[in-house]
Amino acid sequence: MNTRNEEFGTPKRLPLWGSRLAAGQTDEIGCRPSNRSLKAASSGASRHLPRWGRLWVLALLLLIIALALVGCHGSKGRAGFEVPEAFDTSRQFEITFWAKNDTNKTQTDIYKKAIADFETLYPNITVSMKLYTDYGRIYNDVITNISTNTTPNVCITYPDHIATYLTGDNVVVPLNALFDDEKYGLDGSELRFDGPSKDELIPQFLQECAFAGGTYALPYMRSTEALYINKTYVEALGYELPDVLTWDFVWEVSEAAMRKDADGVFTVNGQKVMIPFIYKSTDNMMIQMLRQLDAPYSTEAGEILILNDTTRGLLEQIAGHAKSGAFSTFKISSYPANFLNAGQCIFAVDSTAGATWMGSEAPLLDISEDALVQFETAVRIVPQFDPENPKMISQGPSVCVFNKTDPQEVLASWLFTQYLLTNDVQIAYSQTEGYVPVTSKAQDSPEYQAYLNSDAGDALHYPVKLKAAKLLLDNTGNTFTTPVFNGSASLRDAAGSLIESVTKSVRRKQTVDDAYFDKLYDDTASLYRLNQSSGRSGMTSGGDLGPLPSGSRALLIGLVCVWVMLGAYAIAEAVRKKSK
Amino acid sequence: MKKLLSAVLALVLALCAFAVAEGSMSYADYDAAELETEVTITAYVQAHQSWWDGKVTIYAADQDGAYFLYETPCSEEDAEKLVPGTKFTATGFKGEWSGEIELIDISNFEIIDDGDSYIAEPVDVTDLLGKDELAEKMNQRVSFKGMTVEPSTIEGDETEYAFLYNWDGSGEDGNDLYFNVSKDGQTYNFTVESYLCGAGTDVYEAVKALNVGDVIDLEGFLYWYNGANPHITAVSAAE
Repeated sequence: MNTRNEEFGTPKRLPLWGSRLAAGQTDEIGCRPSNRSLKAASSGASRHLPRWGRLWVLALLLLIIALALVGCHGSKGRAGFEVPEAFDTSRQFEITFWAKNDTNKTQTDIYKKAIADFETLYPNITVSMKLYTDYGRIYNDVITNISTNTTPNVCITYPDHIATYLTGDNVVVPLNALFDDEKYGLDGSELRFDGPSKDELIPQFLQECAFAGGTYALPYMRSTEALYINKTYVEALGYELPDVLTWDFVWEVSEAAMRKDADGVFTVNGQKVMIPFIYKSTDNMMIQMLRQLDAPYSTEAGEILILNDTTRGLLEQIAGHAKSGAFSTFKISSYPANFLNAGQCIFAVDSTAGATWMGSEAPLLDISEDALVQFETAVRIVPQFDPENPKMISQGPSVCVFNKTDPQEVLASWLFTQYLLTNDVQIAYSQTEGYVPVTSKAQDSPEYQAYLNSDAGDALHYPVKLKAAKLLLDNTGNTFTTPVFNGSASLRDAAGSLIESVTKSVRRKQTVDDAYFDKLYDDTASLYRLNQSSGRSGMTSGGDLGPLPSGSRALLIGLVCVWVMLGAYAIAEAVRKKSK
Repeated sequence: MKKLLSAVLALVLALCAFAVAEGSMSYADYDAAELETEVTITAYVQAHQSWWDGKVTIYAADQDGAYFLYETPCSEEDAEKLVPGTKFTATGFKGEWSGEIELIDISNFEIIDDGDSYIAEPVDVTDLLGKDELAEKMNQRVSFKGMTVEPSTIEGDETEYAFLYNWDGSGEDGNDLYFNVSKDGQTYNFTVESYLCGAGTDVYEAVKALNVGDVIDLEGFLYWYNGANPHITAVSAAE
């Protein structure tokens, strides 16, 4: 699940249906024919018609099927959006907004306040919000609703997901014309709020939303990953923490932390549990490792290149450290923050948007007070292969606008979308976690600068959170994103699953050798549809599935026996009748 | 001859069911199995969460203990067959996630339609609250008697609530419900898991109707998340 929904340190206390959702989303739009079309297609009425009549019926059936198939794609064929000359304030509009929060009360309150403030400015627009706590659910619901023409108006989502939404024509509104509209565009003359101009959008963040020949979203918040470190333990192990940590350094310290005494107690923490290095989003881990090595992942056009020798080498290295117990993942063990705060982890990689959960003094805790250990928390960029040339992922929610038949409704949606980029919303939301605003207008504002440079040390100004936000602000130029195309979400899932698979395999004492990696690559390509041209499209479509379960074998043998006996009985009956 | 054939057919089907269960381990063996080893169990569905994306999470039990099957691969059609009492066999790996012992990476899941069925009676664990022995009842259907509803609060809000939507009050109707109950001076946090008992179910609506100070009996499954985190399925006024 697991998609990009693992980016955040939260949701906490929702361990099963938030970020822990399994990977493996496919990237096809569901297309279930309606009962009506099925009934028509299966009709047997033509049996009693003359030949010409049958042909007409056949033609009619083909037409119905064709229409049904077209209908399946919902908005395929819907006219593209054109910006109206003026917003019709005489009409009432009700727009739906699907939002994601990190199971964070403050974030939902900010959304609610933004909606209330917006509705005050635009009394003829009502915004109805539906809250989600993970992106995977939003993605699935949008896909389902595309086929029924019931998409929301505005949606917090990811470019990878939008690329899939775009497989239906004119489903998502390209924003380019809206950006530049003199009246209602960014900083437009008719806006009733002080929004950012196009120049005030951070270029790197906006660039992430440009693909498939257009700009299909506005960035809403941005984060990256950070390395949260128990500095106390690193120094206790005899190491000095550098400004930029290499992968080698992290692995070396992690292995050093595995030393136990005769009673099986880890010497570094005096506990029976220690996983020195835990990574929250293994898709990001693989993607960043490959980018740091300038190794192939995919092309801009969507050619899949991840299953290469560099990847294999990285997996072998990871497997070695997983085998010693020095490395694990969120999906396998749990939230890195819980282990870090309990003194059972030294290096925890999680989103900067999870900073409020990290450290002994963290405002948000998910372990009992008696399990909490006191230590000094350091925050660094993710481990690097080349510290002189750091590279880290840029991530965070974006907002897209769905097309509707009424351009005025779309314009109302766009006005609300833009409103989310005003300073009030941007600064307030960014302060809930280690996010950064996506506009220079907000970043440079005295209010945000005062927040960022505060040494108050209270929950709002939690130092680890402020360090995490500064980390991204200082490294915006070192961030990157992966190419977006229909299938890029699935590729991302595959990247993470490779690490999860080898880690699980060594923990399960399975042999990890060349044959293992060959099979892993084949299985991954098949499961995540990375090799569509081969015609393989499912987990069970290729390869050896292994022996049948004993129950299935017994059932098949039993059925054969019964058929043989039935045949024998029938022959015996026939012989008996004949002899009569 | 027809009778003979019927008898043979019945025998074959019985043998098939036996063969399916044959590879299964007892609960004791499952309990003793090391983490990260492959296990095969035969057990009975007690409840399940809503099917989603080709998977369903199952609360299960046999006469000796209980299991939690995380994200069992399953068609939506088969998920509808998983009524309480349904017998099944499953092969997967024994794992631990935040203290919860569970079956994960399930590679084989088959419903056994041999007429056998079992629904566990809830075990009263009220006296085990706060004790290490409570972990021995993990995943079982359990009950808590005579618990008092304690106030829940939201950061920055002095109002005392009988329950919250999501753990911090960030949710809305339809999300998980969190509420505090106490016994003998100790307070515990319980959950109505929305994917198990969502809005409109008796327990969901019953918890929404609670008042601070109410004394109640509860039933649920003893899920674990960094400690006991029961998923409550029934609430009633204390007897």
